[in-house]
Amino acid sequence: MDLNYTDAEIAFRDEVRAFLKANLPERLVDRSKHGQSLTKADFEEWHAILNAQGWLASNWPKEFGGTAWNAIERHIFEDEMTKANAPRVVPFGLSMLAPVLQNFGSKEQQDYYLPRILNGDDWWCQGYSEPGAGSDLAAVRTSAVRDGDHYIVNGQKTWTTLGQYANKIFCLVRTSKEGKPQQGISFLLIDMDTPGIEVRPIILIDGTPEVNEVFFDNVRVPIENLVGEENKGWTYAKFLLTHERTNIAGVGFANAGLENLKRIARLEQSGGQPLIKNPHFAARIARVEIELMAMSTTNLRVVSQAAAGQAPGAESSMLKIKGTVIRQEINALTRSAAGTYAMPFASEALEEGSNAEPVGPAYAAPATAQYLNNRKLSIFGGSNEIQRTIITKAILEL
Amino acid sequence: MNFDLTDERQMLQDGLRRYLNDAYSANARAAIEDAETGFSAEIWNGLAEMGVIGALFREEDGGFAGEGFDLALVFEELGRIGAVDPLIDTAVLGGGLIAELGSGAQKEMIEAVISGAAHLAFAHGEPTSRFDLSRVETAAKKTANGYMINGRKAVVVNAPSAETLIVSARTSGKASDADGISLFIVPTNADGVTLRSYSVVGGGLAAEVILNDVTADLLGNEGTAHDAISQVTARATLAICAEALGLMESIKMLTNEYLKTRKQFGVPIGKFQALQHRLADVLIEIEQARSAVINLAGHIDATPEVRDLHVSATKNLIGDAARLVVEEGIQMHGGIGMTMEYELGHLAKRLTMIDHRFGDTTFHLERFIELAVG
Ligand SMILES: Cc1cc2nc3c(=O)[nH]c(=O)nc-3n(C[C@H](O)[C@H](O)[C@H](O)COP(=O)(O)OP(=O)(O)OC[C@H]3O[C@@H](n4cnc5c(N)ncnc54)[C@H](O)[C@@H]3O)c2cc1C
Repeated sequence: MDLNYTDAEIAFRDEVRAFLKANLPERLVDRSKHGQSLTKADFEEWHAILNAQGWLASNWPKEFGGTAWNAIERHIFEDEMTKANAPRVVPFGLSMLAPVLQNFGSKEQQDYYLPRILNGDDWWCQGYSEPGAGSDLAAVRTSAVRDGDHYIVNGQKTWTTLGQYANKIFCLVRTSKEGKPQQGISFLLIDMDTPGIEVRPIILIDGTPEVNEVFFDNVRVPIENLVGEENKGWTYAKFLLTHERTNIAGVGFANAGLENLKRIARLEQSGGQPLIKNPHFAARIARVEIELMAMSTTNLRVVSQAAAGQAPGAESSMLKIKGTVIRQEINALTRSAAGTYAMPFASEALEEGSNAEPVGPAYAAPATAQYLNNRKLSIFGGSNEIQRTIITKAILEL
Repeated sequence: MNFDLTDERQMLQDGLRRYLNDAYSANARAAIEDAETGFSAEIWNGLAEMGVIGALFREEDGGFAGEGFDLALVFEELGRIGAVDPLIDTAVLGGGLIAELGSGAQKEMIEAVISGAAHLAFAHGEPTSRFDLSRVETAAKKTANGYMINGRKAVVVNAPSAETLIVSARTSGKASDADGISLFIVPTNADGVTLRSYSVVGGGLAAEVILNDVTADLLGNEGTAHDAISQVTARATLAICAEALGLMESIKMLTNEYLKTRKQFGVPIGKFQALQHRLADVLIEIEQARSAVINLAGHIDATPEVRDLHVSATKNLIGDAARLVVEEGIQMHGGIGMTMEYELGHLAKRLTMIDHRFGDTTFHLERFIELAVG
């Protein structure tokens, strides 16, 4: 038992720090700090900087141009990125689709798509959920019917994050109604420019157009865009879900959020002194920090198991629940800390690159929007209820 | 012991609920929120005609009710429908201060409030006062023709639509003294008044009010406004707690309905015990909230110490209950609960913002300790 990083790990961490110091644009840091949303160009700029360093594909094997880091190195990298307020790496192409292609895609698909992901030629979005298929993902109904060397796709996807930026979507489609619902699903790559696709924005409660509905009306998709075998899509989708579990605890985000909360509580005045001096409010901050300290270690325990080659099972679900609950509590406390200035609806000040002066202190402007927006953390990626079911299934064996 | 409404109150409740259900379709609200004023003139006049504004004032002030239970009843109904009309600002705060302190001539304004013609806002909080009612840095100096005010007021709800502001300013003492605070009647278009207006999360408008050498008339006596401010703020807190209760009831109803209709895994999601138990917890906390509102309504005219103990107990409990109801309501809806378009979004935002007015859970916990525990 040794809670410290090895010398090699410390050297690696310093290397990451030095790189971020030299290469992370100040402008992007400012935007994240002020809770402003990033533009497509911002994300692409940051991806290109990481790619030039060879660090964009932190979870890919060497042969495909990845870093081949182990779980601990990846953890250090992600931790330093969030500490530095770097933009997140957009996951859809890099950590969702790529592992599926690397394991189940054809040589042609790998050779074509993987370099395009690294070079930023394609922006992927995830077409899993449908109006009738949320937690019950196997209920997808969007159909793909063979017609010569094409599939004809009809149906609707929803909650498609940043679909407005995407030129490609990977979809779960129904290719068979025989047998169990899971057995008739295929994994299909679709070009968003194909005639018959319509993208409509869904405005979330914080006022942002973060997600979309995507409609398919007789969309012709070449059969070579099928990944793996027909009707095996469920296996690939589940593979994607279990491998999309790096950084599931969001320790870095929680740490950054906690720092920000403490900063606000030091600046905000209450009864003639900083809010952080209020013992009742300080107690609530302390409680969440205590939780976070323990969860960070739970996270590292799982990370080092993974580094030793053990696939995490119910542990991922525990981390998802604890991690999201902690982040949501930090968001709630941050909103509370903002006091009266949590009330102005600051949509303008939060727009990408806005210079609009916030009504109150700059720290208060994004507090309510972020609180509302992060209610999503316990809903998507398998809701916290579904995660609890996974945990009890693993131990109850009823 | 009798927890039933009197016949008059029952009639008011039935009439108001019917009126609001008709007037306040979700679409009407979207239109209201776009409007310049933050509310609908038509609905405002409708409420005035029904006597709803009058029900917030005592008989001796020209109204016909004005007790704690009248406030609770009216604002619970407004909450149920997610109304955005600034009755708290014009009637309970603005009208309440004039009723409490106004001279004969000033009191004429109450008639205009009750008839729906006047719109007021109470400009009290400041950028660093947070929830402390005695912290006033805006200063007023006596001059030959009245008083001259300088300072900045923060998040003054309804100021953009109010033709008259009730402004607090310090005429003596230190920034945090309860003594030395005076109130003034300031026309919003007076020289030296500048508004930076914006909309508020959950509906309605507010403004930062900058006062630069503004000449104004005193409301009440110089330096002794603190008690009246505490009193009307207590009434406004009762109103907003009752509104919160109405919002919670509606979120519960929407969630209940959704659990019965949304199907996943071939069954209504309400079949999952994990959700059933959480809905049960929501229901329990709402009943607690209802009792807390009743406690406060019953003590709103008690001595300041007893009254404020109940203000803090109720606002603290409502704050925690509201957060639970909002968060569980959204969670049990899944993605749809996160959208602007669905009714829940508006109710959830309005309910969330209630913890940011008249003191939050922490503020009232601390005050409750002072008044009841410490
Ligand atoms: C902001 C946001 C971004 C998203 N981005 C994407 C994206 O890019 N691509 C994509 O494909 N999807 C995306 N999603 C969709 C997300 O994965 C779904 O919202 C999620 O799977 C839940 O489905 P649902 O919203 O239909 O809720 P439902 O499945 O209808 O769930 C409603 C409630 O019932 C509960 N519940 C359901 N089943 C059970 C059960 N068996 N036991 C106990 N409780 C249960 C849920 O936990 C929830 O509380 C996004 C969602 C959001 C909110």
